[in-house]
Amino acid sequence: MTTMTDHDLEQLVTPDAREVPKPIQKVSIVISKGSLEGIYPGLIMANGARMEGMEANVFFTFFGLDAITKKHHDRIKVATVGNPGMHIPTIVGAIPGMSWMATKMMSRKMEKLDIPPIPEFVEMIADSGAGVYGCKATVDMFGLSEDDFVPHVTGVITGGEFYEKAAGGEIVFT
Amino acid sequence: MATIEMTGIARDPEGFLTDPAQWNENVAETIANEAGITELSPRHWLIVNYMRDTYLSTGQAPSIRALGKESGVQIKELYVLFPKGPAKLAAKIGGIPKPHGCI
Repeated sequence: MTTMTDHDLEQLVTPDAREVPKPIQKVSIVISKGSLEGIYPGLIMANGARMEGMEANVFFTFFGLDAITKKHHDRIKVATVGNPGMHIPTIVGAIPGMSWMATKMMSRKMEKLDIPPIPEFVEMIADSGAGVYGCKATVDMFGLSEDDFVPHVTGVITGGEFYEKAAGGEIVFT
Repeated sequence: MATIEMTGIARDPEGFLTDPAQWNENVAETIANEAGITELSPRHWLIVNYMRDTYLSTGQAPSIRALGKESGVQIKELYVLFPKGPAKLAAKIGGIPKPHGCI
């Protein structure tokens, strides 16, 4: 039996597979959930993209819109029910004040890591030059107007317009 | 701006200095030039020095949030000064390792 040498194996790799992948230049992130754990990952990814010099857009849709509305953006909570990641029984998670407490605890931990609260984080991301967009369909469905949004929102756009803005980059749905 | 030969200065594959002690202002200007910043303004220097001083005194580069709050230059301007990523680029120019924080 013959065994393959490193040289033989090298021959099997197509030239394409040997090429170093091109760095990502642009990301457009969709945030569709309104819980703390639904909003933060997208914000961290968007901020991380800008920090690496990539172009970034954030598109808030459905309950994700809470992150950019004046009424809700400073009272986003952790879901303590229906969230197995909390590692507490559903019935315990349902006790009044539980979500408030879990949110307090998590916020304290994040503050230690220098992760800003959601309102400050959205402002930071907008200031970094990322596009911050609300979803038109959701805005119409919830009956919202421009006045309901925090000032850092770049605009309210349709799904189609979002794809135009995302052109040439990666789309991440959260 | 004074650019110099970088031979003898140890750098990682991304171009960060591996020994902050090898840094000087000419090194900073040379790295800035490589990154497309032709002139380091006093505002650039404010950030570069803040990054470097924080790293040397605490062992950690500041987060972008801290940079925006404490350096005297706000986030918007940071990205104008360093379009390809303020924290990363200022660390590179300041001769300190790449920041590892997520924020």
